[in-house]
Amino acid sequence: MRVGVFWIYLLVMFGVTYVIRVSPFVIFRKKIDNKYVRAFLAYIPYTVLGAMTFPAVFYATGSVVSAAVGVIAALGLAYRGKGLFPVAICASLAAFLISVAEWLEGLV
Amino acid sequence: MEQFSQGIKDGSAIGIGYLSVSFTFGLAAVSSGLQWWEALLVSMMNLTSAGQFAGINIMAAAGTYIELALSQLVINLRYALMSISLSQKVDKDFRAGRKALLGFAVTDEIFAVAMSRKGEVSSQYFAGLAVLPYLGWTGGTLAGAVCGNILPKMVTDALGLAIYGMFIAIIVPAMKKDSRILKITLLAVAFSVALFYLPGLKNISSGFAVIICAVAASALGAFFFPMEDEEQEEA
Repeated sequence: MRVGVFWIYLLVMFGVTYVIRVSPFVIFRKKIDNKYVRAFLAYIPYTVLGAMTFPAVFYATGSVVSAAVGVIAALGLAYRGKGLFPVAICASLAAFLISVAEWLEGLV
Repeated sequence: MEQFSQGIKDGSAIGIGYLSVSFTFGLAAVSSGLQWWEALLVSMMNLTSAGQFAGINIMAAAGTYIELALSQLVINLRYALMSISLSQKVDKDFRAGRKALLGFAVTDEIFAVAMSRKGEVSSQYFAGLAVLPYLGWTGGTLAGAVCGNILPKMVTDALGLAIYGMFIAIIVPAMKKDSRILKITLLAVAFSVALFYLPGLKNISSGFAVIICAVAASALGAFFFPMEDEEQEEA
């Protein structure tokens, strides 16, 4: 990527994110009471994260098997109500152990 | 000043957490082709997790500016909702100029801590609350971007899961608690899988795919399960 292009990307990201966050903070005094808009805004965080995670997560480690084991670990821990960082670290650790196992198998 | 130091204290756990996730952001950014200082600038000027990860994917794929802008708009739309909630809770000394500066620091976690504070939120408290998360986020990015080449590939590959682990830790408890969120999120995942694998559809870039899936699923969700007052406070 050329450096000039990077600066435009950076400005676009910053501009959009800043305006989204700050303008409602400065402008809004009243609550939104349209039930459809409220529902849409409430669902957005989860649909975004769901669509970003699946199926991309299975290609995040270079091995579908190790990624799948990491996902299972994450789902299990998250279901038991563990926090963001324990879940993130355990998912990585599970994937790491599988890839070590795969590597050892390759040696034999 | 007392409020400021209370904010610092309350923000310390968030700062430590951010350190680890932004470390993986730094790794991912450099492996997708950014320079270390470019990764650092992205973190300094955005302070978002999902938005930044989507952003570097679009940069790496040489996506269009429109695609980048739309992806940030959709992914970060939840901050608008948080800013609206927060605007009802701040005290009257929290003037427009301070809002313009500190509103930048509205993230899922900082928002959650600020909202859980008893009574009104002062600008001093909120500023203190933002300090350590900001340092954690930018410092972790720098460390990840610089260390990326030192760590063995097996470690960096495994750390690539960390951000997704964090996303899973956000969505699963909400899905467990609320059957509407469960259905809508599964629908978004189904759309996403379809766009990824189906012939013809799989040419859609990943940034647009996320936008399409999230907006379509949320709109269907809003249509079928609208929300009455006072029941989506933690969203």
